[in-house]
Amino acid sequence: MSLSSREMWQEFSGNKIGLVGIGIIILLFAMSAVAAVTIPVETFKEWNNPASWITFPKSSLPAWVNYFLSEKIPEHKILKNPQTASQTVGEVSIISHGFVVDYEYDSFPSDFIYEYTARYTGTPLLQISVIRPDGVELKLTSTSLPKSATETSYHELIFSTDDSVKKNLRKNAEHFVFPLDLLSAEDVVFSATDTNKVLKGRYVFQVNLYSIDSHTAIKDSKFILGGKIYGLMGTDELRRDLAVGLLWGTPLALFIGISVAVGSVVIGLIYGVFAGYKGKKTDEALMRFNDVIYAMPALPLLIILAVTIGNSIFLIVGFLMIFGWVGIAKVSRSMAMQIKTLQYVEAAKIMGQKDIKVIFKHILPQLLPYTFASIAISVPAAITTEAGLSFLGLGDPTFPTWGQILHDANTFGAAARGLWWWIVPPGVMIALTGLAFVFIGNAMDTIVNPKLKR
Amino acid sequence: MGFKKYILTRVVTMFGVLMATLLVTIALVGSNMDSILKQSVAFEIRQQITDNKALVENFKSPEELDSFIVSQIDQRIKALGLDEPWYSPPRLGLTMYKILILDFGHATFLTSDSGSSNVKDILLEKLPRTILLFTTATVIISLLGIFLGALSGSKVNSKLDRMTSTFAVVSSSFPVWWIGMLMIFVFAFAYQIFPARATPLIPITDPGYIGALLYHMTLPLITLVLIGFGSWAYLVRNFLIGILQEDFIMAKRAAGIPERKIIYTHALKNAAPPIVTVLALSLSGSLGGAVITEAVFDWPGMGRLYFEAINVLDLPVIIGATYVLTAFFLASIFLADILYGYFDPRVRTG
Repeated sequence: MSLSSREMWQEFSGNKIGLVGIGIIILLFAMSAVAAVTIPVETFKEWNNPASWITFPKSSLPAWVNYFLSEKIPEHKILKNPQTASQTVGEVSIISHGFVVDYEYDSFPSDFIYEYTARYTGTPLLQISVIRPDGVELKLTSTSLPKSATETSYHELIFSTDDSVKKNLRKNAEHFVFPLDLLSAEDVVFSATDTNKVLKGRYVFQVNLYSIDSHTAIKDSKFILGGKIYGLMGTDELRRDLAVGLLWGTPLALFIGISVAVGSVVIGLIYGVFAGYKGKKTDEALMRFNDVIYAMPALPLLIILAVTIGNSIFLIVGFLMIFGWVGIAKVSRSMAMQIKTLQYVEAAKIMGQKDIKVIFKHILPQLLPYTFASIAISVPAAITTEAGLSFLGLGDPTFPTWGQILHDANTFGAAARGLWWWIVPPGVMIALTGLAFVFIGNAMDTIVNPKLKR
Repeated sequence: MGFKKYILTRVVTMFGVLMATLLVTIALVGSNMDSILKQSVAFEIRQQITDNKALVENFKSPEELDSFIVSQIDQRIKALGLDEPWYSPPRLGLTMYKILILDFGHATFLTSDSGSSNVKDILLEKLPRTILLFTTATVIISLLGIFLGALSGSKVNSKLDRMTSTFAVVSSSFPVWWIGMLMIFVFAFAYQIFPARATPLIPITDPGYIGALLYHMTLPLITLVLIGFGSWAYLVRNFLIGILQEDFIMAKRAAGIPERKIIYTHALKNAAPPIVTVLALSLSGSLGGAVITEAVFDWPGMGRLYFEAINVLDLPVIIGATYVLTAFFLASIFLADILYGYFDPRVRTG
């Protein structure tokens, strides 16, 4: 039973499936690192705050679906870095931001929004116009900001659905051969002049701010072109970028899985070995208690615990440990009963070593290979159980997991409405993480129990 | 230790587990429940008194009326025994006694489909549906599993064997409820064959209800079978392989008994005890998982009832449902223990 770590690795490296498992886990850790580096945890904690996702599109497909479609769906674009220029003509200083949109899609965008914050004194004038691929320039809006005697900061969103935008566009009716009255702003801006079809090409949205105060500045200038596809993973009904949720779910799942597995295996091991080593009354009492926990229906009790005590992620890890250690305790008890009859353990006892020392120095090290295998095998169960709890809506809302993404998907009826990009990736991630640990666990099991080899 | 004593210790342990589970449940939901009950009592009495115009006119000032109401509420709370906390021995004893005689009282919020708020009625209405779904699934799974497992166990390392093993490992990695969502996507959205929600829309009194229920059951059933039979086959295969290595099988082979007969009669028969045990355990496990599975498909059984009760903290229903779930869980574990003890005498000495 005793194997040195080098022997174990030698056997393990010969096991292809085990190596695949290691590979997947390295990949998952890399994903966790990417998540931690690229997406600040503050962004992620805003997951359940609808206000922080307002500029994102609703239930949109991942952007890469366009590669498989002949009719290209417009992509949702959030343009944050405009081409800036400023000039002074006489007394008037002009700040201009230009947003370039290469529009190569086959249908009209759903809307467009300009969001900005201006710092100024007096009453500057904001003008937005668009220069189309065919050279036609359409004026979209011309508005003066509220008057202010002292320097002030003003935040505004200009929507394509604003009446002023529509009114301004109607003034350009002479460019178009069809009536504009019933068309929405984006259908006019992106339309060819002879028929109401999309005009592909480069559009430049030009924002000009005229003011007589030279300290005037525009900050956080954002142009949002509403589309139906977005990002690597699409968005959900609440406009959240699923890529963020999936990426951050990785470290959470690994944390939950590994800490529950390590915790319950260590508890179970010590409990079982102690019972097996002591024997007699102690063993009897400990094993009866073990039977009680073993026979309790875990999921219903977990649900009650989560509802009544709390659903912080650390509490849930604790709850899962309560039910996780039982099976391991049973197996390690029987192993300890075999080991304690070995001569060197008896010798240690006769030499007068304390029980604790015998257990930790002479028995537990013998169980180490088994320990590693059971940790790996316990991980998937922990991950799926947590996912199940989250799926029922009992997860930690400050740290959304893959299970919670699926919970939201289920609440909004994603399956029956065909929103596959909301359902498939989280489940695949859960299964992939579970599989990786199962592969490693099975590979280690065959080393620990040579009987399984054949 | 004889077989009788073995059974007796198991019965005692199981009873202890049942009581312990219920105690834990009551301990966890008790304090919440008390405050909810007190609030509803106070509300009810205030309503009664203020509705009684003649009585209200007898009081000279609003303060006097208020103190009267408060004293009435206190009286009622005392009469109901709510002045003592849930863990006081008389109340706890009464609660446990009532549970023992299967008197779960009336639900606070939930009702059965036919409108009764008696917890027993609600449970009796939901339980058959859960049993119907999960026993059917378990029976199909075990039949498929035993057949496929025997087939692949007899041809180790064949293409079929490898496929079974791979399928078993992969399918058991996916959460059942996630496969359920995919199945709804495929069969209710992409190809509209089955309904997405498994609760029939017609009233329970309609003669066509059973038929509608069975039709609505198809999708959850397919899902449970799909996700379950792989690991079953794998299990049977592994038991079978272990037995095929035993000496008595070698002897039978040497005696010239056809391989087919060896596998299907001698080997499978000897693999029966662990298989039966696992069958009982998997049934109990799936009952525990029913809470989530039924939530996905909206199947109107015990699991969904339990989840709804938890959401509104309907204590009588929670306790009743926990009781029934635990009882079924324990019954199957008990059965597994007995069968194992019966088949394998070594276990009895423990």
